[in-house]
Amino acid sequence: MSSRIPHIASNTFREAVRDRVLYNLIAFAVLMCGASILVGQISIGIERLVVINLGLTAVSLFGVVIAIFIGIGLVSKEIEKRTLYTVLSRPVQRWEFIVGKFLGLAGTLVVNTFFMAIGVFLALLYVSHRVQAADGWVLVALYFIVLQFLIITALALFFSSFSSPLLSAVFAFSLFVIGSFAEDLRGFAAMAQGVAHWFATGAAYLVPNFSSLNVIGSVAHGQGVAGALIFSETAYAIVYAAMALCGAVLIFERRNLK
Amino acid sequence: MKPSRQVTMVATTLLMVCMLTSVWLLRQVDRMRGAATLQEVLYISSPAALKRLSLGYNGLLADIYWTRAVQYFGSKHFAGAQHYDLLAPLLEITTALDPRLTVAYEFGANFLAPPPPNGAGMPERAIQLTEFGIRNNPAEWRLYYDLGFIYYTELKDYSHAADAFARGSQVPNAHPFLRVMAAQMAQHGGELRMAQMMWSTTYQSTEDRNVRANAATHLRALQVEQDVSNLESLVADYRAKTGRLPASFTDLQSAGLLREIPVDPFGHTYKLTADGRVEVRTPDDFPFLTKGTPPGYVAPPPRFLPSD
Repeated sequence: MSSRIPHIASNTFREAVRDRVLYNLIAFAVLMCGASILVGQISIGIERLVVINLGLTAVSLFGVVIAIFIGIGLVSKEIEKRTLYTVLSRPVQRWEFIVGKFLGLAGTLVVNTFFMAIGVFLALLYVSHRVQAADGWVLVALYFIVLQFLIITALALFFSSFSSPLLSAVFAFSLFVIGSFAEDLRGFAAMAQGVAHWFATGAAYLVPNFSSLNVIGSVAHGQGVAGALIFSETAYAIVYAAMALCGAVLIFERRNLK
Repeated sequence: MKPSRQVTMVATTLLMVCMLTSVWLLRQVDRMRGAATLQEVLYISSPAALKRLSLGYNGLLADIYWTRAVQYFGSKHFAGAQHYDLLAPLLEITTALDPRLTVAYEFGANFLAPPPPNGAGMPERAIQLTEFGIRNNPAEWRLYYDLGFIYYTELKDYSHAADAFARGSQVPNAHPFLRVMAAQMAQHGGELRMAQMMWSTTYQSTEDRNVRANAATHLRALQVEQDVSNLESLVADYRAKTGRLPASFTDLQSAGLLREIPVDPFGHTYKLTADGRVEVRTPDDFPFLTKGTPPGYVAPPPRFLPSD
């Protein structure tokens, strides 16, 4: 790998931190503390479930929002501030710029998720008063959420390589919503006939399958995730993110920046 | 004072005043609108639509709906309500969003089944809910137990209760009492003993503080009912023997019918009335009591149960 990519990635990470992206951790901490203390008083028998469901949902949604709103500005902001021309006037390839930006934002999200995971486990310890073997599956759910971030970051970057920030945000968020219905889309495809069947099947395979990466419901009930599934989901997320990145590189390589 | 400092002070004061005023205004608006219209609304009643709208985060939405069901039941219950129109839909949405949320079946069925004001008076909906829970969680013996419990306590349907307990007894790690209960139900044997056995099983097998307290309250009421029945039977024996009613429990002792003066579970002595009836001295301490209360006694509105 080019040594320039880590530099671009670390700069992207530093920029995100300077943009106070990690401030969302404060909101997350307040949310977790509030949920852990309050739920026991206003509900019955779901203290642990709420900490897992709310914690992992918040990790996922906060991360998706960060991935989209930072991801869409990664290219356009550099063009707007004219810093892109300084970078590209040096011996930096355009693809290196895209990959570096992707890795920088992905790294930011991993760090963010790491701190949120600590919050989730502390809240779990508070409500359960002990560590359970089933808590290990929460780590798998967090890992799947990180895989979701890889895909959505790559998609945001892909859209920002040719579109305005606003439209990129709309496209990326729409794909996130459609991807959450991916299983239903498969169902519709199976029921459809003729051309509609092929069209729906194509769409079902083209959109990212976020629903299969969401195992929050099952891990909240202590159900495990098969090793083979973890491997397949990892491979899927990497391949899909690589596909979106390749698209972004192809468009950005041909883009007239003058 | 510097102008910037002045602005800071004015803006801070204004901020605090506006914040307090907005809270006060909101309270006024709440008072004008009334709580009933806000509570009795189910914006989306279709579980399938809600599941779609949750974008896969249906676990969290189920927790929210379950909390809403608990709050709805709690507020209605403590207000002594006779109607719980939203309870069944809220529970059905909760369990459709997360079919493995067993706590919603266990408590939900107990909210739905008893007659008002202790519950919604909907045993059929409670049975539907529990059967749905069993279909989705066939390894949970407690759900079969709850089902048998509803058939027995609310519908007096012994054959279905026996069937539910028998099905539950076949689940691995099921409480051994389920087999006994199935047999007892099949024989329609000893109502009071049966009820005591069921509440004892609930008391012993639950980890929830509220359920334990509820079971303890029922057990105390059953104990009083048994004592009252026994004592009134002794009073009848005394009358048959002497031709008159006893003036006090000491008369029963003197006649050799009673060893010592009995006391209720809280340590108070029972009251023997002039017409030979036996009553508890503090009926308010025994919710669910069906025997041993003064004539015309009206139970106070439900309140938090005493701890076990």
